[in-house]
Amino acid sequence: MPAALDLEFSPLFAFIISRILQALPVMLTVALISFAMFAYVGDPVAIMLGQDFTEAQRQALVQDLGLDQPFWVQFGTFIGNAIQGEFGLSYRLSRPVSDLIAERAPATLELAFCAAAVALLIGVPMGVYTGLYRHSWLSRFFLTFSLIGVSLPVFLIGILLILVFAVWLGVLPSFGRGDTVKLGWWSTGFLTWTGIKALVLPSITLGLFQLTLIMRLVRAEMLEVLRTDYIKFARARGLPNRAVHFGHALKNTLVPVITIVGLQLGAIIAFAIVTETVFQWPGMGLLFIQSVNQADIPVMAAYLLLISALFVTINLIVDLLYYAVDPRLRLGRGQGAH
Amino acid sequence: MAAQNPLLEVRHLRVEFPTRRGTLVALDDVSFTISAGEVLGVVGESGAGKSMTGAAIIGLLEPPGRIAAGEILLDGRRIDNLRYEDMRRIRGKDIGAIFQDPLTTLNPLYTVGRQLAETMTTHLPITPAEARKRAIGWLDLVGIPAAAQRIDSYPHEFSGGMRQRVVIALALCAEPRLIVADEPTTALDVSIQAQIIALLKSLAREKGTAMMLVTHDMGVIAETADRVAVMYAGRIAEIGPVRNVVKQAIHPYTVGLMGSIPPLDRRVERLAQIDGAMPRLSAIPKGCAYNPRCPKAFARCTEDRPDLLPAGATQAACWLYAGEGKTNG
Ligand SMILES: Nc1ncnc2c1ncn2[C@@H]1O[C@H](COP(=O)(O)OP(=O)(O)OP(=O)(O)O)[C@@H](O)[C@H]1O
Ligand code: SF4
Ligand SMILES: [Mg+2]
Repeated sequence: MPAALDLEFSPLFAFIISRILQALPVMLTVALISFAMFAYVGDPVAIMLGQDFTEAQRQALVQDLGLDQPFWVQFGTFIGNAIQGEFGLSYRLSRPVSDLIAERAPATLELAFCAAAVALLIGVPMGVYTGLYRHSWLSRFFLTFSLIGVSLPVFLIGILLILVFAVWLGVLPSFGRGDTVKLGWWSTGFLTWTGIKALVLPSITLGLFQLTLIMRLVRAEMLEVLRTDYIKFARARGLPNRAVHFGHALKNTLVPVITIVGLQLGAIIAFAIVTETVFQWPGMGLLFIQSVNQADIPVMAAYLLLISALFVTINLIVDLLYYAVDPRLRLGRGQGAH
Repeated sequence: MAAQNPLLEVRHLRVEFPTRRGTLVALDDVSFTISAGEVLGVVGESGAGKSMTGAAIIGLLEPPGRIAAGEILLDGRRIDNLRYEDMRRIRGKDIGAIFQDPLTTLNPLYTVGRQLAETMTTHLPITPAEARKRAIGWLDLVGIPAAAQRIDSYPHEFSGGMRQRVVIALALCAEPRLIVADEPTTALDVSIQAQIIALLKSLAREKGTAMMLVTHDMGVIAETADRVAVMYAGRIAEIGPVRNVVKQAIHPYTVGLMGSIPPLDRRVERLAQIDGAMPRLSAIPKGCAYNPRCPKAFARCTEDRPDLLPAGATQAACWLYAGEGKTNG
C-alpha cells in the first residue's frame, strides 16, 4: 500500500518512533520501581488474608498472585497487566484499581486543564508585555506579583483564597467539585454552574505558580530574542512593531517556552496532590494521598506508572511541537550546503 | 538654489551613552556627506565608532545611547528627530542595512521568501503574490541558483555566502537609495568575500544605490569606495577621495593605518598595526584624541582639539595642516 509506505519513510514518523523507543527505558524503570514497591513494600498476602487463615489458604493466595514465580516472570506479568490497565485490587477499598482511577481521573484532568489554561492564557501575554515594556510601571507590578506567586507555598495560596472568597465573601465554594454531569464514564464539572464555580479557586491555586513561571520565562526569552541580530535586522528592514514583536520575536521564544510549559503541564497534574487535598477535590491526587496513608500499594503503583506515562506522552507532544515550530529540526528536508 | 542637497548629510553628530559613571561620548562632532550613487568607505580600528555611526543613521541606536547633538539629513530633510513610526517607514524603504554576520541576521523560523515578501509588502504597494514573484527575481539577481525552488527554503538550508546574498536581497528589495553595510564580509570565508563585495558593488551601481561601507579590508576600500572616511575614537580623522586617502594620506593616523603607502593595485588585507591602543571612551585625551600615539605630536596637540579642515586633496583633523585649507582653497 503506497500510503503505508509513505508513512514508513516519512521523517516525522521515524522521529515519533525514535522518541517512543527512547522513552521505553524510562517507562520500564518506573515500572520496575512500581513493581518493586508492589512486591516488596508491605506484604500483600498478609494484608489480603487479614487475621485468620490456614497455611493452605496462604499457599493458594501466593499461587494466585503468582508470588511463587521467579522475579522476572512476576515483573513480566505485572507489565502485561499494566498495559491492559490491570493493576489488581485496592487493599483499602477492595475494588479494581483501574475503576478507582477511571472514576477520579476526570476530576484531576479537568482541574489540570483549567489550571494550565489560566497559566498560559495569562502568563504568556504578561511575559510578552513585561519583555517589551521592561521599565513600565505595570511590568514592575507584574514582576513583584510574580515573586509572590513563586515564593508562597501552594497550600497557603489555597487557604488564603478560601479565606477571602469562600469564608469572607462567600461567593465561591471552598471544597468539592459541585454538581457533575456524566458523559459516558467521564464526569464533567463544565456543564453545571456549581461545577464551574467549584473549579475557580482550585484552578487559580494550582495554576498560579506555573503562571508566574511562564511569565518570567517568556519575559526572559523575549529579552533575549529582542537582542538578536535578526530582530535588529527586522527593524532595520522597517517592519512594523507588531510584526517584529509578535511575528519574529514571539515565535522565536516558543521553542524554550514549549519545553517548560510541557514539563509544567506534567507538574500541574503531579502537584495537583496538594491542591486536591486543600480543596478536597475528588481526583487522583487525593486518591493517592489517601492510599499513601494506608499503604495501599496497588493504587500507588498505578498512580506512579500513570504519571510517568503522562510525562512521557507530554514529552513526545513537546517534541512534535518543536518539530512544527522550528524548521531546523525537520530532518530530511533538502539540506543546504554548509 | 545652486548646490544640490547630498543624499545623506551628517552634521556635527554627537552620540552619548549615559552610564552610572558619567556620560560616554561615542561619537563626537562627526560630519560627512554621501551623494546619490556614491560609495563611502569607512575604516578605523575596532571601537572607533563605525557601527555606531551606521546605527545612528538608520535610527537604531541601542538605548541608552542617544543622539545628543547634531543632525542627520536625508535629501535635505531631518531624520534624526523623527518619531519611531516615521523613521520605521524610512528604514528598508529609503535606507537599507546589511549586517556583519549572515548566520544570525536572518530569522531562522521563516523562509527566505517570506522574509523578502514581508519586507516588500511593508514598503511597496504590491500584493503578496506580486511580492513573491519579485522575491524570486531578487534571489535570482543576487545569484542564488534555482531561485524559484529555493524561495521556500529556510535560512539554515543555505551556506554562509548564500545567506549573505539573501541579506543583500533583503536590504535592496524595497529599492532604497542608501545602504549602510557594516562589515558585510567579515564573517565570511575569505574565498567568498570578494564575490559578495563584487555583487554589492555591481548591484549598487546598477540600481544607483549609494552606500556607506564599513570594512577593515583596505583592498575592498580601494576597489569599491569613491571616498573614504577614517575614524578614530568617535571622530573623523580624515576624509577624502579614495586615491588620496590611500596613497597620499595626510593625517598621521591614516598614514599609520596604511603602513607603508600601499599601491592601489596590490591588495592590503588588513590594516597595519599601530603601536599602542585606541583610548577607551571614558579616557579620551584632551586635545587631539590621537596625540598619545602620534609620532608627530607637538605642544598644541595636547591642548586644543583640531577640527576637520581641508588639507591637500582631503580633509583632515590635524594641527599639522591647520590653516592650509584656507591658503589652498
Ligand atoms: N551600549 C554601549 N554602551 C556604552 N558604550 C558602547 C555601547 N555600545 C558601543 N559602545 C562603545 O562605542 C564605541 C564605538 O563602537 P562601535 O561598535 O561603533 O565600533 P566599531 O568602529 O564599529 O568597531 P568594530 O570595528 O569592532 O566593529 C566603542 O568604544 C564601544 O565600546
Ligand atoms: S593633531 Fe597632533 S597629535 Fe593629532 S594627529 Fe595631528 S600631529 Fe598628531
Ligand atoms: Mg562595528
